[in-house]
Amino acid sequence: MRVHIDVNGERLAADDVWEGESLLYVLRERLGLPGAKNACEQGECGSCTVYLDGLPVCACLVAAGQAEGREVVTVEGLASGDDLDQGLDEVQRAFVEAGAVQCGFCTPGLIVQAHSLIESTPQVPEDADIREALAGNLCRCTGYEKIIDAVRLAATRKAQNKAAQKKAPR
Amino acid sequence: MTTVAMPNVGSALDRVDALEKVTGRARYAYENFPADLAYAVPVQATIAKGEISAVDVDAVLQLPGVIAAIWHANAPRLAPRNGDPELAVLQSSRVAYRGQYVAVVVAETLESASEAARVLRVRYDADEHDVELRPGHPGLYRPDHVNPYFPTDTEQGDPDAALAAARVVVDATYSTPAEHNNPMEPHATVAVWDAEGLTVYDSTQGASNIRDTLAPLFGLPPGSVRVISPHVGGGFGAKARAHPHVALAALAAKQVGRPVKLAVTRQQMFAVTGYRTPTIQRVRLGADADGRLTAIVHEAIEQSSTVSEFAEQTAVPTRMMYAAPNRRTTHRLVRLDVPTPSWMRAPGEAPGMYALESAMDELAIACRIDPIELRIRNEPDVDPESGRPFSSRNLVACLREGARRFGWAGRDPEPGIRREGGLLVGTGVAASVFPVYRMPSQATARAEPDGGFTVRIAAADIGTGARTVLTQIAADALDAPMDRVRVEIGDSALPPAWVAGGSAGTASWGTAVVRACEALMDVLHGRAGDVPPEGLEASADTTQEVRAQRRFAQHAFGAQFAEVAVDMDTGEARVRRLLGVFAAGRILNPKTARSQLIGGMTMGLSMALLEESVMDQEFGDYLNHDFAQYHIAASADVRDIDAVWIEEDDPGLNPMGSKGIGEIGIVGTAAAIANAVHHATGVRVRDLPIRLDKLVHGVI
Repeated sequence: MRVHIDVNGERLAADDVWEGESLLYVLRERLGLPGAKNACEQGECGSCTVYLDGLPVCACLVAAGQAEGREVVTVEGLASGDDLDQGLDEVQRAFVEAGAVQCGFCTPGLIVQAHSLIESTPQVPEDADIREALAGNLCRCTGYEKIIDAVRLAATRKAQNKAAQKKAPR
Repeated sequence: MTTVAMPNVGSALDRVDALEKVTGRARYAYENFPADLAYAVPVQATIAKGEISAVDVDAVLQLPGVIAAIWHANAPRLAPRNGDPELAVLQSSRVAYRGQYVAVVVAETLESASEAARVLRVRYDADEHDVELRPGHPGLYRPDHVNPYFPTDTEQGDPDAALAAARVVVDATYSTPAEHNNPMEPHATVAVWDAEGLTVYDSTQGASNIRDTLAPLFGLPPGSVRVISPHVGGGFGAKARAHPHVALAALAAKQVGRPVKLAVTRQQMFAVTGYRTPTIQRVRLGADADGRLTAIVHEAIEQSSTVSEFAEQTAVPTRMMYAAPNRRTTHRLVRLDVPTPSWMRAPGEAPGMYALESAMDELAIACRIDPIELRIRNEPDVDPESGRPFSSRNLVACLREGARRFGWAGRDPEPGIRREGGLLVGTGVAASVFPVYRMPSQATARAEPDGGFTVRIAAADIGTGARTVLTQIAADALDAPMDRVRVEIGDSALPPAWVAGGSAGTASWGTAVVRACEALMDVLHGRAGDVPPEGLEASADTTQEVRAQRRFAQHAFGAQFAEVAVDMDTGEARVRRLLGVFAAGRILNPKTARSQLIGGMTMGLSMALLEESVMDQEFGDYLNHDFAQYHIAASADVRDIDAVWIEEDDPGLNPMGSKGIGEIGIVGTAAAIANAVHHATGVRVRDLPIRLDKLVHGVI
C-alpha cells in the first residue's frame, strides 16, 4: 500500500508498505529518517519516540497505516538549523550543554519525550515529575542525572523565553 | 614518566559529537544502506543440546523475496583455527545451547527474511541438557587461568589454621544471577564483499580487533578486511569481541554475493551476545577482636558454555583489597548447555566485590566496629599478594571524604530501628576498585597546510566520551585550540588500537596520541613551523613504552555510600541517596567523567535491585529476554545520586596521569545498597537482586 505522512512539515509518501510495518520502520527504512532508534521494538524503551499529531508515541507500536494523513515530528524535525547558538531547539541545546548525551542511542527519543513534557507543562516541572515523565525512556549510559539537568535547564530557558516574549512590545 | 602540561585536559568541555547525536544525524551500524542490499535473519536453536538432523530449506526458498537459506550443510567453510569457537557459525550439526544460530535466511526485505526464518523447519535429535549452576556440580573444574590471564587460585600462609584460630569469623555464601549487558543499541552488522575483500559496518568496541578476528576466519590478510564503526550505542563489554552474528553476516554476504544487513533483536541478544556469568561465592573472613583480618578466603564458582571457556575473575579483587597474612582465592567453572558468558562491565570486580564488601559489613557488625573504620584498619601498605607498592592508593581518603559528604558521623549501627511512617531507613558503605591497564596502540598526527591538525587512531567511542577526550589530549599535545584539531576514530583503516575495554581506552589511546603529536611537533620545530602543501605526518607505536612500564600495583579506588528506604508492607527497597567518591588519577573531562561514573553507579543500583536473567531449567533459555521482563533502572528508580573525586597526581600511569573510569562506578554499589538494606531492616540479602520477596517476611 501507499502511505502518506506529514513528516517534519513535509508531505512524504512511501510505496509498497506492508500492512504489518510500523511507523518506525517506514521512517527509518523508507523515508531516510533514522533519527528515531529501534532498540526493543515492543514499546518498552522509548528510543523510537516521535510526535504523532502532537502526542509522543513509540513509533514501533504505531502501524504505518495508522499514520496515514497524520503529522509526525521526529528528532530531525525539532531543529531549524544545526548550530549550537541558533537553530537547535532548547531541549537539544540543553542536552549538549548539560552533558546529557553519551552513546546517543536513547537521545533522540528522550529529546522528543522531554520536549513534549516541557511544551505541556506551564511551569518548570519538578524533578520528580521529570523523572516520572521520562521513566519510559531507558538509558544505559548516563544514570539519567545529566538528562534531568538538561530537561530542567531547557524548561527554565523556555519559560524565560516565553516571559520575555510577553514583555516585549508588540 | 612525567605528565604533560595540558590546558584543555581537565576542562568540562562539551562532547564533540553531541550535536550530531541530538539532531539524529549520528549514523550507527544499522543505518548504512549500500546498494543492492539484502537482509539476513538468523534462525536460533529451539533445543539446548543435540544435533540438527535436517533443515527444510526448499520450502522457504519458494517464499517471495527469499534469496538463500544457509545451514551447516550448504554454508561456506570457515577457518576458525585457533580463534573463538563461537565464531564457527553454521560449521557443524551440533547444538550447544538454546538460541545458538542454526541457520540464516537472506531475502530482499527484512519482512521476507523474518517470515522465512520464522517458518523454516529445523529438525533436531535432542539430548538431555544441564543448564543449572549449583554448588557441588560434578562438572566443576579448575580452569587454567581466569580472565584475562590471572592465576586461577592463589594462597598465602595457612588460611584454614588462621580461620580456626580467629576470634571472629564470618563465613557466608553470596550469589549473583546472570545479567545481560543490554546496551541501548542492539548489535548490528552490514557486510559488503568486493574485489578487494570484506568491509563491515559493525557496532563494536574495537574496529582493529574485529578486523583481526574476521580476517583469518575468512582466510584473508588483515589488510583485506575493513571495519567501520563511527558511532556505537553503548557496549559495556558486549561489543568488545566479535559475537557470532558478525561472522554470520559476513558468511551470508559471501554466499549470496550481495551486501547483507543483519540486526540482532533485543530478544536474540540474550542468547548470542554474551552476559555476566552467575556466581556462587563463599567468603570467609577471620579477624581478631579489633577487626584486624588474619585470614581471607574467597572461593567462586561460575559457568561457561560447552562451546568455549570464559572464566570470570570473580575473586581476583580480593587478592589486593585488604591486608591479611593468610589468604586464599579460588575459581571453579562448570561447562553447561548455556550461552557463552563474556565481559560485562567490571567482570570479576562487580560480582566479586558485592560478596567481599558484604562480608566486610558482616564482619564490622560481628566486631562492633564502624564499617569505615574496619576498612581503614585493614588497609595494606603494599599489594598484599605481590608485595609491589601501589603507585597510588586513596581508598581511605575516599572513605573519609565520602563519610564527610554523606553525613556518616554518628550513625547508629543498630539495624532495623529507623522508622519513617511505613518505611525502614538505613545506610551502607562499600569500597570500590578497578585495576589500571594500558595496552599498546598506534596513532598518527598530521599537520594540514591550512593550519589544522588531524589525529588518527582506531579507537572507539561507545558513549564514553573518547572522541572528546582524545581531542582535548591532542590539542594540548599540539599546543593548538580544540577547534583546529580533528580526531578520526572508529575505523580499522586507521592506526590499530586497543578496544574500548578494561577501562583502558583513554590510557592506551591517549598515550599513542600524545606520542604521535610529540613526534609531529618535533618535525614542525625542525622546519620552524613550516607545513608543506602536502602536509606533515608523524606516527607513534606505544608497544615498547607500555611493555617497559614499571611494575607498580595500579588501581583506581572508590567508596560508595547508599541510603535506602524499605516499605514495611511490601518489602520494596528504594535507594534514596547514592554517593560515590573516587580516586582515579587525573580526571580529564569532569563533564563526561561525572556522567560515566554516575552511569556506572546506576548500573550498580540496577544490579542491586533489578537485574536478573532467569534460566528456564526445562527448555534451557533465558526466560525474561526483553525489557518488559529484564528490568534495568529507569529515571524514576534513581533519586539523589552524585559522583565526586579526589584528584590524584600519579606520574607512574601515563602522560595524562589518568586511570580508567568506565567500570569502577558499578563496583561496590550493590554491596553498599545491600549493606544499607541490612541496616534498614536487619535482613541480610546474600542473593542478588534484592527483590521485595526476599525482604517482605523480614520487615512485616
